[in-house]
Amino acid sequence: MTRTLQAPVTVAFDYTRSTGPVIGRFLSGLRDGVVVGGRTSSGDVVVPPLEFDPVTHEATTEFVEVSSIGTVTSWTWVPEPVKDQPFDRPFAFALVTLDGADVPLLHALDVASPAEVRTGMRVRVRWASERTGHINDILCYEPLAPGEAETPNEVAGTSGDDPVTGVVTPVSLDYNYAASPEESLFYRGLNEGRIMGQRCPTCQKVYIPPRSACPADGTPTAEEVELSQTGTVTTFCIVNVPFLGQKITPPYVSAYVLLDGADIAVLHLILGVPADEVRMGMRVKAVWKPRDEWTFSLENIDHFAPTGDPDADYDTYKHHL
Amino acid sequence: MGKQPAAIIGVGQTHHRAKREDVSMAGLCREAIDRALADANLSLDDIDAIVVGKAPDLFEGVMMPELFLADALGAAGKPLLRVHTAGSVGGSTAIVASSLVQAGVHKRVLTVAYEKQSESNAMWALSVPLPFNMPVHAGAGGYFAPHVRSYIRRSGAPTHVGAIVAAKDRNNALKNPYAHLHNEGTTVESVLASQMLWDPIRYDETCPSSDGACALVIVDEQTAASSPNPAWIHGTVMRSEATTAAERDQVNPQAGRDAAAALWKQAGITNPLEEIDAAEIYVPFSWFEPMWLENLGFTPEGEGWKLTEAGETGMDGKLPVNCSGGVLSSNPIGASGMLRFGEAALQVRGAAGEHQVDGARRALGHAYGGGSQFFAMWVVGADKPTS
Repeated sequence: MTRTLQAPVTVAFDYTRSTGPVIGRFLSGLRDGVVVGGRTSSGDVVVPPLEFDPVTHEATTEFVEVSSIGTVTSWTWVPEPVKDQPFDRPFAFALVTLDGADVPLLHALDVASPAEVRTGMRVRVRWASERTGHINDILCYEPLAPGEAETPNEVAGTSGDDPVTGVVTPVSLDYNYAASPEESLFYRGLNEGRIMGQRCPTCQKVYIPPRSACPADGTPTAEEVELSQTGTVTTFCIVNVPFLGQKITPPYVSAYVLLDGADIAVLHLILGVPADEVRMGMRVKAVWKPRDEWTFSLENIDHFAPTGDPDADYDTYKHHL
Repeated sequence: MGKQPAAIIGVGQTHHRAKREDVSMAGLCREAIDRALADANLSLDDIDAIVVGKAPDLFEGVMMPELFLADALGAAGKPLLRVHTAGSVGGSTAIVASSLVQAGVHKRVLTVAYEKQSESNAMWALSVPLPFNMPVHAGAGGYFAPHVRSYIRRSGAPTHVGAIVAAKDRNNALKNPYAHLHNEGTTVESVLASQMLWDPIRYDETCPSSDGACALVIVDEQTAASSPNPAWIHGTVMRSEATTAAERDQVNPQAGRDAAAALWKQAGITNPLEEIDAAEIYVPFSWFEPMWLENLGFTPEGEGWKLTEAGETGMDGKLPVNCSGGVLSSNPIGASGMLRFGEAALQVRGAAGEHQVDGARRALGHAYGGGSQFFAMWVVGADKPTS
């Protein structure tokens, strides 16, 4: 068995981006099958247009349509494409200065091998048939054969009327969440129906979960302490509000439970009592899920429920608020 | 050699809204920056260094904003720094900027903080379930509501005090053309009648989700001489503490108390309630007004609510708090702290418009962030500090 527990986590969200008028003008152009640059105060045409001029700092207001044909100024080979790249086969990324522009625009170049790419070669834009106002409205650049007539690719499909004002940029992070050795002890205990804390050798406080570094003095917690399954609600809130990604259906009581023997409360769910009858000081006990559902998780404790004992005296938990 | 004098001579902010779909992040920042520079009668070319702050990366899905914003912020050829401290970031960003001037490193520093909450979902970002753990978190409201309950229990405050704060701040916002919420007719009764979201926090006791930015121009003594109304920096303090230490005081955090004590000492203030004329305090949930009044030392512990209940934190009270409408009326999280700092500067410059406190000479700007883990605060004054 490894020393620490690990589990995969995916954090994903479709972020939206307001483009503003300048980038919006560029993306509206792509949707309509036209590459639009912006002219700077020094007279250069930059693609995509800069939102603000690098010299005067004023917003860019002069837009210039440039050619969809241009010249490769530099490139790199992508032998092993990764997810969401323009091609799932090897390809080049190329910096291409389109005719009429003064700086290059990066995009994929559709060639089968690096032998087919050279700086100075002429290429043209291959358009997507369905365009939405996104950089991927340009599928890629494609080479013009030596001697081939320099004719732009036909722009198929439809154009929109409204200016593009926003794009969606999905982000997905996949990583392994690694619990510390001390936390792993805690989660392994839960898999055996036990709640394991550790005492800090410096300040003597009992932490749940145990810590690799006590927040007060930096010492790793050490001495194992099996905690009671019973504790006191120090404080709580009743969650009435639904939200994206929520795992528990509201209303529910999210409470700090100070287990007997612990010096820090743990956040958990209170059930078995109407939400509006939960009180600070209420004595509660862990209610476990059926054993065959246990994993290495605090979710093995389904919730805490009232013991029916008299409430704890305020003085016994006031230092935990 | 001690600190060099430094002053705020330009304050700019956007019109804060739920969605500013008309501008990019760069455009949003420039809206605030251009106003701050115009206020300071300077241009980007006059600026020596730029310090930017924004909310935690997951809130907008933007890492390294300094990288993609450098052009728009006019940072080419200049130092550009980014500051992180969760919700207090706007305050700490302003403090980092001011320290560059106070240290004598730069003469004219531009600082900007922003957030476009509409491009993401902060509630989601604060509640991402982690393996092995109980998915019982419920955003910032879910985090802070239990501590509000603890405050009410500990102080014995009447349960309508939070509603007094919310009604006050929402009415103050009517005097601030930049505020996000302009809810006419908000009363204590209407707040109490609003939906309970995270019991004991009601809908109307909660900050909105805003898009917005704030920018400040902070300069040295020589440059400030050309300003008709500089706001002089009398003290700046940042303090942090561990979020999850055993027996940590979540209602009246040590870091906040220590920061305030150090701040008053720096500013030469012995009785803040008497000597501060206006305060912009980071109050995202109504009850944090009385909680922070105590934490900041304006009142003894357990008595902050009495000041609020007596109306002394209103525009014409003993200590006007959040005359701008505060975080309860505009909350672009990354910018909210800087808005507090900037509004404090506006008060002592006599430039707060309809929400000006008559004759304000010294004002507090305050921000906190994380799980009440980071504190940033400054005192600004109409007079140049004597020491």
